Amino acid sequence: MVAIARKADPDPGPHLARSRAAASLGRKARRNVSAHGFLIGAVLCFLFFSWYPMCREVIMSFQKTQLGVTSWAGWANYIRIFHDPTFWVAWRNTLEFTVLALIVGYAVPFFVAILLNELRHAKGYLRCLVYLPVMLPPTSALLLFAYFYDPSYGLFNDILHTLHLPTSQWVQSPGTTIPSMAMISVVIAATWMNMGGATLIYLAALQNIPGELYEAAELDGAGLVKKIRHITIPQTRLILSMLLMLQIVATMQMFVEAFILTNGGAGVNDNTLSVVNLIYTYAFALSGASNYDSASALGVVLMLVLAVFSGTYLWLTRDRDHG
Amino acid sequence: MATLPIARPRRARAQPGPRPRTLVSSSQLNLPRGKIIYRIVLTLVVVIFTLVFIGPLYFLFSDGLKSTTEAVQVPPTLIPAHLHPSTYVSAWNRVGLGRLLFNTLYYAFGALFFQLIFDVTAAYSLSKLRPAGGKLIFALMLATLMIPSTVLLVPQYITVANLPILHLNLIGSPAAIWLPSVANAFNIFLLKRFFDSVPQELLHAAAIDGASPLRTLRSVVLPISRPILAVVSIFALVAVWKDFLWPLLVEYGYNPSRETLNVGIFEAANTTPQNLVLAASAMAAVPTVIFFLVFQRNILSGLTAGSLKG
Repeated sequence: MVAIARKADPDPGPHLARSRAAASLGRKARRNVSAHGFLIGAVLCFLFFSWYPMCREVIMSFQKTQLGVTSWAGWANYIRIFHDPTFWVAWRNTLEFTVLALIVGYAVPFFVAILLNELRHAKGYLRCLVYLPVMLPPTSALLLFAYFYDPSYGLFNDILHTLHLPTSQWVQSPGTTIPSMAMISVVIAATWMNMGGATLIYLAALQNIPGELYEAAELDGAGLVKKIRHITIPQTRLILSMLLMLQIVATMQMFVEAFILTNGGAGVNDNTLSVVNLIYTYAFALSGASNYDSASALGVVLMLVLAVFSGTYLWLTRDRDHG
Repeated sequence: MATLPIARPRRARAQPGPRPRTLVSSSQLNLPRGKIIYRIVLTLVVVIFTLVFIGPLYFLFSDGLKSTTEAVQVPPTLIPAHLHPSTYVSAWNRVGLGRLLFNTLYYAFGALFFQLIFDVTAAYSLSKLRPAGGKLIFALMLATLMIPSTVLLVPQYITVANLPILHLNLIGSPAAIWLPSVANAFNIFLLKRFFDSVPQELLHAAAIDGASPLRTLRSVVLPISRPILAVVSIFALVAVWKDFLWPLLVEYGYNPSRETLNVGIFEAANTTPQNLVLAASAMAAVPTVIFFLVFQRNILSGLTAGSLKG
């Protein structure tokens, strides 16, 4: 309607222009109302379940609640968790898990992807195989591994026994040295469960490498290893470093793997207790008094550490957008 | 806010035509020696991968057929000596799999429903209606991607137990899973990016025909957004299906009868014979395996976008 009116009157007087401005303002307002109406559901959910809890966590970490009365506590919660020896054990274990998971869970998918990319047959089948465990409910996969790991009747010890190799206690190993057998067992199960995603992302990245680069390298007489080192890795460097950050963030939140494998997550002598597990223990598992204050302080510490890696990830990807 | 760093989902099927050049050239493979080596490597890869990835599943399903004594026998048997299909029946009854399955489906499809309604409309608004402050809201949403939800476990739990202003306690109600799942910046990002690619002329045409924004969304935008809706739906369902800690706290912690499959089997594992635990785990895995085989193409093609969620 408005468009027709505009065409009909090529030279509107000042009065008409004003009323048209008012109409377009009204239209804008109406559009904004409906646009915000479309947004409101999601925004409320973010507000209640994401933005507010985020602020609440920081606030709670500086508060203490005793007998239902909440008051400011300054740094007391932080000082208390720093003095808790379990805090350092949990961080040590989490870093141990992260490093081991990177050595295994970061390098293995990359080389598996390189291998799969070279094969001319059974591609779809192999891709499905690698990704299948990712789809399993974690409880199913982990209870299965717990069964394999069982020191007396487990499959893994039986295989070692048949091969005349020394058997192991696997996740039930009591050792706390780094790397502990218990943690290695958790990493093996976690890698089996999760490597599919990374493998397929690498595979996609490998397919973007221009083939001429390999041809040029061959003319220069480069062998297989040299081609991987000088072409494949540099060409996928960005995706490699992005996945590195993401994997660090993901593995530092390790919880369910140890929780199910060791029935509670602490393992023997706390050797598989992770930071998230300690948050859970502080908040929900301590007999009787749930200690939300310490849990929040620990949550903030973990949030800060993860934010460093998430920030690096964003920075890396921003770099790509700007050339 | 930096544009999110995620590779666009690529097409599921590779275009026909010459194979892209990879590490080893085709001419090298066509030499007799190359052919032999390739055959050996291919066979090894297929055999080893099958053993590593299907092997454990074989034990998952076959050990549920063993008797309780055979399941913990030393050394473990490769093939069950006597088949006990009844193990599956007793596992189903003892763990209460019917109830667990119903709960999990109820939570998963409820979460899918709310995510489709709220996240799709929000992404549409941010992409096409562009409300005042929309950019800031989107940036704040994306910022939550940097803070993984496990970190917010405690304040989220407290908030759900007593929603500010409304003073509602959602613990034990399915909404405790449904509504937080809506706060999924990644899905909104995927949807918004897809809607951004819908040509503005289409929307103008609809507007000239007098269609309201809702009508435009329903009749113009959604029908051409099926691929991305499929990807987002799959993520929504799988996320609830695989979640462990949150349902453990908000449902099981309230009343064990509301637990999900993951939590229920875990809780039953302590007090249940090994063969029943495995049979229950196997049955819990069946729906996801079938789901994967059916939607394999959507899942794998959406993956380059999806698993970067971290």
